[in-house]
Amino acid sequence: MTQTTKPPATGGAAVATTERRGWFRTLDWRRYVIYIGFVVVFIFFAVLLGDQGFLSPNNLLNILRQSATITIIAVAMTYVIACAEIDLSVGSVAGLASVVTAMAVANWGVVPGVLAGLAVGVVVGSINGALVAGLGIPSFLVTLGMLGIAVGTAQWITDSAPQPILSYAYNLAFGSGNLGPFPGLVVWMAIFVAVGAIVLAKTRFGRQVLATGGNRMAAEFTGINTKRIKFEVLLISGVVAAFAGMLYAGRLQSGRFQWGAGDELSAIAAVILGGTSLFGGAGSVIGTLFGALLIALINNGLILAGLDASQQQVIRGAIIILAVALARKK
Amino acid sequence: MTDVKAAPAPVDETDVPAVEMRGISKAFDSNVVLTGVDFEVAQGEVHALAGGNGAGKSTLMKILQGVYTKDAGTIRINGREVNFSSIHDAKAAGIGMVFQEFSLVPSLTVAQNIFLTTEPLGQGIFIRDGEARDKAREVFQQMEVEIDPGARVSDLGTAYWQLTEIAKAMAQDARVLIMDEPSASLARHEAEQLFELVARLKAQGISIIYISHRMEEVYRIADRITILRDGRNLLTERLSDITPEQIVEGIVGEQIEGLAYQERDTSAEPDVLLEADGLTSGSRVQNVSFTLHRGEIIGLAGLMGSGRTELARCLFGIDRLESGEIRVHGQRIDVSDPRQAIKAHLALIPEDRRAQGLVLEHSVRDNLLLPLLKQIQRGPLLDDGAGNELAASLIKRFAVKVANPGRPVRLLSGGNQQKVVIAKWLGTEPEVLIMDEPTAGVDIGTKTEILTMIRNLAEEGKAVIVISSEYAELLAVSDRVLILREGSVQQELARNDIADEEYLQHAVQGV
Repeated sequence: MTQTTKPPATGGAAVATTERRGWFRTLDWRRYVIYIGFVVVFIFFAVLLGDQGFLSPNNLLNILRQSATITIIAVAMTYVIACAEIDLSVGSVAGLASVVTAMAVANWGVVPGVLAGLAVGVVVGSINGALVAGLGIPSFLVTLGMLGIAVGTAQWITDSAPQPILSYAYNLAFGSGNLGPFPGLVVWMAIFVAVGAIVLAKTRFGRQVLATGGNRMAAEFTGINTKRIKFEVLLISGVVAAFAGMLYAGRLQSGRFQWGAGDELSAIAAVILGGTSLFGGAGSVIGTLFGALLIALINNGLILAGLDASQQQVIRGAIIILAVALARKK
Repeated sequence: MTDVKAAPAPVDETDVPAVEMRGISKAFDSNVVLTGVDFEVAQGEVHALAGGNGAGKSTLMKILQGVYTKDAGTIRINGREVNFSSIHDAKAAGIGMVFQEFSLVPSLTVAQNIFLTTEPLGQGIFIRDGEARDKAREVFQQMEVEIDPGARVSDLGTAYWQLTEIAKAMAQDARVLIMDEPSASLARHEAEQLFELVARLKAQGISIIYISHRMEEVYRIADRITILRDGRNLLTERLSDITPEQIVEGIVGEQIEGLAYQERDTSAEPDVLLEADGLTSGSRVQNVSFTLHRGEIIGLAGLMGSGRTELARCLFGIDRLESGEIRVHGQRIDVSDPRQAIKAHLALIPEDRRAQGLVLEHSVRDNLLLPLLKQIQRGPLLDDGAGNELAASLIKRFAVKVANPGRPVRLLSGGNQQKVVIAKWLGTEPEVLIMDEPTAGVDIGTKTEILTMIRNLAEEGKAVIVISSEYAELLAVSDRVLILREGSVQQELARNDIADEEYLQHAVQGV
């Protein structure tokens, strides 16, 4: 009847094995491996590094603070990956937004500065989204190109110079201040995680993102505007990355093109650690939060243990591979 | 057509059976799937294997292929006892599988696919593509089919994919071929070619295990049939000693009246629900016009490529209309995408449920609710309680067999998956339902349920368009049949004007 060529089966044997293992077990511990891993690593460091102040409230807040911007970027990245796309431009968008915000704050004041920073995200996210959804160019390529464009632009317009932010109000609101006992950064993080988790799990938009990532054709046949969904997740990712850049600017009281460099990889690692499928269709924002926290936890513990930066990288990489290997579907 | 009817069965009792499975039992945890099943295939025999959903056919075959290991029982291949612990063991013993969902890599050539992992090598490392092509050509010669081994698989039609699958098994010296619903994705003349091929393979002494729900082809090509029910042997008979009614009864238990046409009262001056006027799109839909009344079921019949599916896609806004218009209740509707069609209360049950109908990794519940999210939205959020209730009511209403709606829909049988697709759309309370091959790859029990469901929908005042390659099915439900040829409506027949399947087939073939 139809002339469309069928996609080849994903392998009868693989499917059969899943069926065998998951025959009556609807509760799959692999989905919770990130939480188990988090607890195990936490206890491990608590025992080992208790004397070095690992458990001090200050250190614990530090861990939260250090993971805040990555977590925020990763919340939006969860949507992108659950939708079976990727956004490699987030780190450099953060850098670009930090310098644009800093320059706009210096020239026109705080409110225009904030708007300018968000505008960077809207513009970059829209371009990414339009190219991916509209023209059907793979997001890997579009956002890889955008990574270069954004960081290059940030370097160009600033002549590679840091852009100081002298506005006390801006810095207070975006990263340097505290709300009661909590660092402002952590409050922002909590807001993004809460909104992100609820929207993904409890709204039509979230459900449509998962359906689009799970089987785009079936979603389209069901009346979901999958192009719009893809556009929207990339737009959101751009705007949220820009916001993270503004937090960098506020915390470090300056805009700099290097802020956020490499964050795309940390964010992707956090998302995948958190149990979101790299192939789309499944995603958990809370999982992402713990993925990001686990990475920050490992960084912190290794520093306290006195390892140098190169050793930290090696161990961090190994732990990420191990965790993902444990969490993968058999 | 040459006579490839069940040749005087070469079932020689003195021969050692090609496959002899005795007392096979298998349970998955507490779920017993097979209990002491015996299954035997003689050398050069075509042996049909039948049974409803969950009867254990696929499990039995997966044990034979080495995918699952048996809990009890013995397997002998050519008289030698074997214990398969992997697919490779089974392959080495000469068991070949023709996958229902094709296991080919579309971007590689036919020969590359056939010899994937068994490529002929030079100096132990370099693939000899030329030699592979020659060998593939030999296999095709043996099969007496013509396929260019150098052609890219993605450039070939579905029928050739399957032939390539068969060649792949043959190239690995398979002596027993398992074919699971091999004709499901084939048009009639392609199925003919397949049957002829089966006859030739049989003549070469190759044994074939043939799983199919289509009675006529089972009678046409098989020597014996084994029917499983609830994981046990029900019967094994020569086809010459058993009637189709007995087989169908064996598979479903009872209730088979669903397949017979039931006279429905369509006299009461029906309102026109949908009008299609001069629809044209691409080369497959040419100036198609028809009207559809409330409470009416029309069947679309036609050969492969006649434009049945394409017409459905146009109506639902997946393919763009170049000209013509669609009116619902006399109002012109714009169907430039499926969302518009859904707004106009149309629904499409697509032909490929796995690719187009379901998100396989998602739960039954999430799949059911996907088009219904608006109904369970409270403010900005979805109400999970309402969602669970709605899903449960759909599962009940359409008798979907699933213990836990939170389980991935991929774990369900084909028939139950199809029910999920239908249920998901009927939840939107459509007025016009377009069903493209609604019973493809579904067992007879579920098929009957689906046909009954279609009649009930019409009784409720909905209008249904049914596309099917199975004439018996079209005749069972349709009030009118439109015959499409080369994208146009060739003929419109009232159900009462169609004497039988043969008549319809002649009309479709245009002879």
